[in-house]
Amino acid sequence: MRTQVSHLQALESEAIFIFREVAAEFEKPVLLFSGGKDSILLLHLAVKAFAPAPVPFPIMHVDTGHNFPEVIEFRDRRVQETGVKLIVASVQDAIDSGKVVEEKGPNASRNRLQITALLDGIEEHKFDALFGGARRDEEKARAKERIYSFRDEFGQWDPKGQRPELWNLYNGRHKPGEHMRVFPISNWTELDVWNYIKEYEVAVPDVYFAHKRKVFQRDGMWLGVTEFLEPQEGEVVEERLVRFRTIGDATCTGAVDSPAKTIEQVIEEVGATRITERGATRADDRTAEAAMEDRKKEGYF
Amino acid sequence: MELLRLATAGSVDDGKSTLIGRLLYDSKSIFEDQLESIEETSAARGDEHVNLALLTDGLRAEREQGITIDVAHRYFATPKRKFIIADTPGHIQYTRNMVTGASTANLAIILIDARKGILEQSKRHSFIASLLQIPHLVLAVNKMDLVDYSQEVFDKIRKDYTAFASKLDIGDLTFIPLSALKGDNVVDRSANMSWYEGSTLLHHLEDVHIASDRNMVDARFPVQYVIRPQSEKLPDYRGYAGTVAGGILRKGDDVVALPSGFASKVAKIEQAGQEIDEACAPMAVTVSLEDELDISRGDMLCRANNQATPTQDIEAMVCWMSEASQLQEGAKLAIKHTTRWARTIVKDLRYKLDINTLSRDESATSLTLNEIGRIKLRTTQPLLADKYSRNHITGSFILVDENTNVTVGAGMIINTK
Repeated sequence: MRTQVSHLQALESEAIFIFREVAAEFEKPVLLFSGGKDSILLLHLAVKAFAPAPVPFPIMHVDTGHNFPEVIEFRDRRVQETGVKLIVASVQDAIDSGKVVEEKGPNASRNRLQITALLDGIEEHKFDALFGGARRDEEKARAKERIYSFRDEFGQWDPKGQRPELWNLYNGRHKPGEHMRVFPISNWTELDVWNYIKEYEVAVPDVYFAHKRKVFQRDGMWLGVTEFLEPQEGEVVEERLVRFRTIGDATCTGAVDSPAKTIEQVIEEVGATRITERGATRADDRTAEAAMEDRKKEGYF
Repeated sequence: MELLRLATAGSVDDGKSTLIGRLLYDSKSIFEDQLESIEETSAARGDEHVNLALLTDGLRAEREQGITIDVAHRYFATPKRKFIIADTPGHIQYTRNMVTGASTANLAIILIDARKGILEQSKRHSFIASLLQIPHLVLAVNKMDLVDYSQEVFDKIRKDYTAFASKLDIGDLTFIPLSALKGDNVVDRSANMSWYEGSTLLHHLEDVHIASDRNMVDARFPVQYVIRPQSEKLPDYRGYAGTVAGGILRKGDDVVALPSGFASKVAKIEQAGQEIDEACAPMAVTVSLEDELDISRGDMLCRANNQATPTQDIEAMVCWMSEASQLQEGAKLAIKHTTRWARTIVKDLRYKLDINTLSRDESATSLTLNEIGRIKLRTTQPLLADKYSRNHITGSFILVDENTNVTVGAGMIINTK
């Protein structure tokens, strides 16, 4: 009898349940897709949840304009394979229209500017539920966030006023203009994600595996040289064997030294590492101890 | 690898954060950057030691004020199991938080300070664990190092607690003497308590048998979503998507759809587009039937000879979770049970339970925040219900304020008529 349910099956079932629940109870859900492994996993699970019918909601990419070309190629290929509709919310457009002003200085990042593009996208399309790939193991503010995370009409998160969440009884009720952020893979760890990718043969962009790249060191992180990010005086460019543990805006996502060329090697490396994935690779989370909490309160993912 | 969900209850004073810190640290689930960050914060606050509580206190207000606001989730794994910890604060709003964090737990750890013995708080936590019918309970008698690792102290606490617990409905109860600070009996066996012959805490968490806690007898399949591609390739496909809430569903089974009562047979079970022969809880699958029936979200498939009870009248224990309002007779609320929403009216507040003394106050006219009582509800449409003791999924519900949309109550069904 097939009564043993593995932890990956249990996590998969939990996520699929959440996808179906939202599709049934909300008017206009959308899946936030960055091209990173967590959002790739989300799309993979969404396809499974509704098979053999197509995914009944679009995906939205909040595009900072600072992309890894491999990731955009990957995104477009997945869109074609799944037949899902892609919406791009562009930070460049928000800058061009004067809604936001670009940060200046060597550590300028468009990370924070994504909030405006995201909230504008929600308003324009009247989305009432947004699936995000956030995991509770990533960061301490996220460890306290519900799977259904209520946002008021300004997109704000109120950590002290969260709705109790019991059993699998999710309460998605909201008023017009308010919306819900929904995190189906809240309970997955980085290692769970990689083990799942391996077991179910989920494709991810090549930048997650070891490759040679021109990088320079800033704040103890290896940042890649791109058309958007040039080294400052005194920062030495070298070619190293690296891979990315997370993929975000190319200007603030650091690479790690790694020889891991296969999924098995990545799993081995992740299992042995002593630094969290955001701590190792995200300049945006290092600005202040409560950096993530502050951005979330303003409407960040 | 199996997944075990556990809830921890206790206050900072009991050494709960230290215990969680120890489990995470010894299983290599605390990372260097996290440790560095809390070291810096501890130093900035003038703490004498690195404060492991900062690992679980994630929000700015919590770190600044040294309080815990809400349930935090932590993860660790050993080669045997993956663990999800729902860490609930012990003091303020304990009931609401513990109920929220522990509703899906396989196991609860209740911390007791060996110097203090069984406190009111320990009794409250135990009562909530029994109310939620968490299958396994661990009484972690902490700070044994401060009582000279005395067997007498441990035995007395065990005796006191066993006497108290006989009044409660507790399944599997395990006592472990430990020191979270020194590491005795957390991951490694203590050299200081050779008189203790049981498992270390981690060993117990890895080994406790949870597979049979699931209900494998009463097949229950709440329909969540109807999949109808209506495409050229699949013009007639109609699948009922849902998560098995109990029992085992097999291809060829005779089933009835509730509440209509129409009968059919399971034609096909699919998991992510792949056909499988059978499914059990908590698998998310899609079921196709041999006959075309009118079934929609909120309906339920059961075996013909073992069905949930369709009922508009239920009696339940309810925990009230709202600061802004009270539960009173005549109150109208929204109710969510499995995948079905309805409206409900509170017909009767039978009694309020004092969770310190377990005495019943039958003269009570309302429940306020963190209070627990037994109520009768009448719903606008039938719920397809079981007793909570039989099935946690088909036996639980939430109550929602229709004006604010906030979840205000959590209910566990005692009677379905």
